[in-house]
Amino acid sequence: MVKLLKAVNNTIGGTPIGAAAEDKRTSTRSKQAILRKALRAALRVINVVGLLALVLIFAMPFIWMLSTSLKTLPETMIFPPEWIPRNPVWQNYADAWNTGPFLNYFVNSVVIAVGILILQMLTIIPASYAFARYKFKGSNFLFGIVMVTLMIPAQLIFLPVYLELSAFKLLNTHLGLILPFASSAFGIFLLRQAFMQISDELLEAARLDQAAEWKIIVKIMVPMVKPVLVTFALFSFIAHWNDYFWPLVMTTNETARTLPLGIAKIREVEGVATWNVLMAGNLILVAPILVVFFLSQRQIIKAFVYNGVK
Amino acid sequence: MTVWEKLRPYGMVAPAIIIFSLFFIYPIFYMIYLSMFDWNFVSPTKTFVGIQNFKDLLTEPDFRQVLSNTTIYTLLTVTLTTGIALLLALWLNRKSFFHGFVQGAIFSPHIISLVSISLLWSWLMDPEYGLLNWVIGLAGFGKLEWLSHPSTSLISLVMVAVWKGLGYNALVFIAGLQSIPSDIYEAASLDRSKPWTTFTKLILPMLSPTIFFLVIINMIGSFQVFETIAIMTQGGPINSTNTLVYYIYEYGFRFFKIGYASAAGVILLVIVGILTMIYFKLLSNRVHYR
Repeated sequence: MVKLLKAVNNTIGGTPIGAAAEDKRTSTRSKQAILRKALRAALRVINVVGLLALVLIFAMPFIWMLSTSLKTLPETMIFPPEWIPRNPVWQNYADAWNTGPFLNYFVNSVVIAVGILILQMLTIIPASYAFARYKFKGSNFLFGIVMVTLMIPAQLIFLPVYLELSAFKLLNTHLGLILPFASSAFGIFLLRQAFMQISDELLEAARLDQAAEWKIIVKIMVPMVKPVLVTFALFSFIAHWNDYFWPLVMTTNETARTLPLGIAKIREVEGVATWNVLMAGNLILVAPILVVFFLSQRQIIKAFVYNGVK
Repeated sequence: MTVWEKLRPYGMVAPAIIIFSLFFIYPIFYMIYLSMFDWNFVSPTKTFVGIQNFKDLLTEPDFRQVLSNTTIYTLLTVTLTTGIALLLALWLNRKSFFHGFVQGAIFSPHIISLVSISLLWSWLMDPEYGLLNWVIGLAGFGKLEWLSHPSTSLISLVMVAVWKGLGYNALVFIAGLQSIPSDIYEAASLDRSKPWTTFTKLILPMLSPTIFFLVIINMIGSFQVFETIAIMTQGGPINSTNTLVYYIYEYGFRFFKIGYASAAGVILLVIVGILTMIYFKLLSNRVHYR
C-alpha cells in the first residue's frame, strides 16, 4: 500500500524539465508516463479484485448458510452446488423451530440479556461516579477489587460459581444466570474514565444552585457520558445474547436455557447430518444480530474497537 | 460534612463490590481450596489430599497433551491473527464507502455467536459434502478430513478462530494507524525514505503498543477456548483438540472429580493471571500517557 502511494506521489510530483528538453527525451518520458499509468491502473484492478475476494471469504459462509437452509437434504449433497435452490424449502425453519421450546429459549435470551443490562446500568453508574468524583477512605482498596475482577474471566471460575449457585438453589433460574453479571468491572473502568474527564466548573455551578447531588448526577453527569454508556450497552448486550458457555454450565434442564443452547441442541434432536435444518436454526440466531449490525455498523464497530483501543 | 455525605460513596459502590466479591473474588479462593480435596460433588465429605491433585495432573499424559494442545492452538491463533490483521489494516486503511463496507464485512464474524460460527464451519468442513472440500477440489487438491482427523483437527480450529478474530484485530490496527500523526508520514515521504524503511522504522514502532495489546488480548482469549471445541470436536479425535477449559469442564461436569478439575483450574488461573498482569501493566501505562 505504501509502495502504491509512493508511486502515485512520484508520478504527480515528478518535476517537469524545461521547454528546452529534447524531443527524444520527451518521448521516452511520455512512454514512461504511459507505463506508469498502466501500472497504476493494473494496481488499482488488483486492489479491487483483492478487496472483493476478501469480502467473499467473509460473506460466502453466510450465503452458504442461507442457501443450505432452503434446500432439501438430498440437495445439500449435490456438487457443484446450486447456490439458489429451485424450490426453497421454508419448512426447514419450522422444523428447526419445532425441535425444542424455541419460544421459551427466545424469551429466556431476552430476559437474561436485558436483565443483565439493566442491573449493570444500575450498579456501574453510581459505582463509577463514586470512584471518579469522591475521595473516601479505602477507595483504592475497593477499586483494587474492581481491577482484580476485571482480570478474572468467567471461564475460569465456573466450577466454584456453579457450586455456589447450587447452594443458593439458583441453578436453572433466570436469576442464577443474571446475578453473577449484575455488575461489570469493565463497565466501571470505562465509565470512571468518562466521569473523570468532565470539568469541575460545571459541577461547581450546579452545586452553587443548591441542586441535590442525585439530581446533579442524573440530570447533568449521566447525559454527559451517554456515548460511553451506549457503547458499553451494545457491547454487553451482544456478548450476553451470544453467550453459550455460561447458560450451558449453569443449567441442567430447559427452563432457563437460551437460544444459542437451543440451536446447538438441534443437532442432537435431528441427527448430525441434517445440515439444512441446522442452518435454518442457525439463521434464526444470526439474522437479528446481522440486521442490527448492518443498521448500526458504525456504532457497533466503534463500541468494540474503542473498547480495545482506550 | 454530614454522616450521609460520608457514607454516600460507600453506598454507591456497595452493590457492585458485593457482586464482585460473591461471584468473582470468593470463587477464586474457593477453587484454590477445592483443589486440595478429593470430592465427587455428591458425597457429604471432602477428603483432604494436599497437592496430590496437582501431582496427578502433571503426571497424567492426557493433561500434558491438553497443555500442549492449548499452547500450540494459542501460539498459532495469536501469530496468524495478529500478523494477517496487520497486513489487512495497512491495506484497508482508507476512508471511502467501499473500504468501510469491506471493513464491516470482515468485522461481522466478531459479533456472531460462537455457536453459529461453530455449526457453520462444521458444515463447511464436512469431509463428505462440505463446501471447503469442493473448493479445494476445484483447485486440484484431494479431500481433507478437517475436524475428523487428529492431524488436521487442531489447525482447523485455528482457522476458524483466525477467521473470527481477523476483522476485530484489523480494525483495532486501523484505529492505531490513524492515531499516528500525519505529519510523520509527510516527513518520511519528504525524506524519500523507502516504503520498507518507513514501515519498519516508523509505522511498526508507533504501532507497538497496539501490537502488544492485541497479542495479549488474543492470548488470554485463546487460552480459554471452549465453545468451538465443545460444539465442533468435543476434544477429539483421540484427544487432539482437548484444551484446558474443555478439560476442566469434562472433569467437573462429566466425571465429577471436583478437586482434580479445580486443580486444573488453578493452573489456568496462574497462566491467565500472568498474561493479564502484563496486559494491565500496559493498560495503565497507556492511560497515563493520555
